[in-house]
Amino acid sequence: MRENWNRFRKSYLFYSFKRSPLAIACFSIFIFLVVISFAAPIVSPYNPYDTTIIDIMDSELPPSWMEEGNPNFWLGTDIQGRDLYSTMLYGLRTSVIIGIFAVIFQAFVGIVVGLVSGYVGGRVDAFLMRITDIQFSIPYLIVAIIASAVFKIAFGVNRFEELAIPLLVIIIGMSEWPKYARTVRASVLGEKSKEYVEAARVIGLNNRLIMFRHILPNTLTPVLVISTIQVAQAVMSEAALSFLGLGMPVTKPSLGSLINMGFEYVFSGSWWITLFPGLLLVLFVLVILLLGDWLRDVLNPKLYKG
Amino acid sequence: MGHLLEVQNLKVTFALRFGDLTAIDDVSFTLDRKEKLGLVGESGAGKSVTGFSIINLISKPGFISEGKVIFEGRELQSLSDKDIRSVRGDRISMIFQDPMMTLNPVLTIGTQMIETVRAHKKVSKKEATKIALEKLNKVYIPSPEKRLKQYPHECSGGMRQRIVIAIALLTDPSLIIADEPTTALDVTIQAGIMDLLIELCDTEDMGLILITHDLAVVSQVTEKIAVMYAGKIIETGPTDLIVTKPRHPYTKGLIKSLPGTHQPGEALKQIPGMMPTLTDIPKGCAFHPRCEIHESICTTEIPKLQRTGENGQLAACHLLEKTVDELNGAPSTPEQDN
Repeated sequence: MRENWNRFRKSYLFYSFKRSPLAIACFSIFIFLVVISFAAPIVSPYNPYDTTIIDIMDSELPPSWMEEGNPNFWLGTDIQGRDLYSTMLYGLRTSVIIGIFAVIFQAFVGIVVGLVSGYVGGRVDAFLMRITDIQFSIPYLIVAIIASAVFKIAFGVNRFEELAIPLLVIIIGMSEWPKYARTVRASVLGEKSKEYVEAARVIGLNNRLIMFRHILPNTLTPVLVISTIQVAQAVMSEAALSFLGLGMPVTKPSLGSLINMGFEYVFSGSWWITLFPGLLLVLFVLVILLLGDWLRDVLNPKLYKG
Repeated sequence: MGHLLEVQNLKVTFALRFGDLTAIDDVSFTLDRKEKLGLVGESGAGKSVTGFSIINLISKPGFISEGKVIFEGRELQSLSDKDIRSVRGDRISMIFQDPMMTLNPVLTIGTQMIETVRAHKKVSKKEATKIALEKLNKVYIPSPEKRLKQYPHECSGGMRQRIVIAIALLTDPSLIIADEPTTALDVTIQAGIMDLLIELCDTEDMGLILITHDLAVVSQVTEKIAVMYAGKIIETGPTDLIVTKPRHPYTKGLIKSLPGTHQPGEALKQIPGMMPTLTDIPKGCAFHPRCEIHESICTTEIPKLQRTGENGQLAACHLLEKTVDELNGAPSTPEQDN
């Protein structure tokens, strides 16, 4: 453990991290946001899921520094009278959970398909790659609309509220795994012909071991880079779905559903319900994308900048 | 007791779109424990295909169309996929040309060694580590405990080839096939690796097949040599005979082209022409277009391996009588040549 830490400290990755103020800033903001969102039950002043403390009389209060503001609600309240700041923290947590799990799901499916496709080749390869092509050509919004409609009919709206998170993870995951499959397949094709693979076969290792232990670790660099971008992408997808009313229900709002909720009241003057969750979303996604950009530059020796 | 390895009339065919291609044809040889055989020939002569076909690992369109490989009394081509995997890497190990490429760059040396042991023996990680250390000691790697935790790029070329050899030894194989093991290394390290291989053959009671294009290396290491040309063995026999009294014009050409058999200032001899590609092997003796002494029979009939008169030496040439001394450089007898 300690040895690994030492190895990491001496690595080029850590070295370039230390020398990039942008990376340090983005990473700090990212960690800060993740920590406060997961610590929301401790950090936030109210629990927006607890209907007993919500008072409808508090609804649409502006942020506390404005004239009509209430010092109890720092960023104001939404239309149901929930504290906006607390709701945003809980919403960010939901967004992060969906984003990360959707990416894990995508990566798992995509990596397995890409590995098998690239390693086995031939007809299996052609078949799997056509499936990815088909999957790619279906917009995820259509999948999401159909899936949530079917789900609501099959299990009822109440069950949907409970199972919205796993459902969104699957919908977003299913729509984006071809990216991983293609990337991994491309790297596997490059790695497959290298001699260490031949050597592993000569040693008598079976195909599964060769694929997952020997080839997979050699293809992880591009996977790592697209994963950062995919997290941002998944958070955006979730926000978009929620904005369209296909995502998280109003009782357990994510950032997207908060923006959606406030959107109807922007013209009646309650701009803060949309603006603050929107800013938080932009900040979070931007930070991840910048980190991904930096990571790509560092891990790609062709872009090496002294 | 039979031989450790017996290859009988092996023929490997590649089924290509425009027809079948014979990569190696009618290759036979035997090998005992502690014995070292050199497979010599130019690029494309079929040396590596022979090596791979022994462990039944020819890449896809290729397959063994005729002949047998008998190893420790078992016929290898008839084994199931699972059984052959327990032979390859366990009883037979293979070493490749470039140690830079044969080690996985992202796994530590220890991981790769332990994995190899555990692929063949049901032992705990601790025991596997012990075996790995023991083998690293055998190939004279200083401070092996440290090496186990390192990645391949942290070791030098010679060190890496020693590690590859140690990996080959992990399962105590009885046969090692070394495919140009020293080509990527510089000369001083080459000698060290060769000495190591010779020593290990003796102490570990193993057979060694050394595949190389370097006749000089082979002549120092092996007891037997088989010279391959265009997929066939064209001359085989004990090393000293092949080196001092070659009978096939091709072998003679090879030996003459070695530096060291020449006077200073004299131009190196070379065999004119190129080896034919497998798609258009000339009729008759495949070597005849490049042969200095060929006659009409050479262009029509394929020569068979036949005894040359010397003990254990076989050559595939129609004109053996002519090759006794004609190409050996006139008045001196072969013995004095040496």
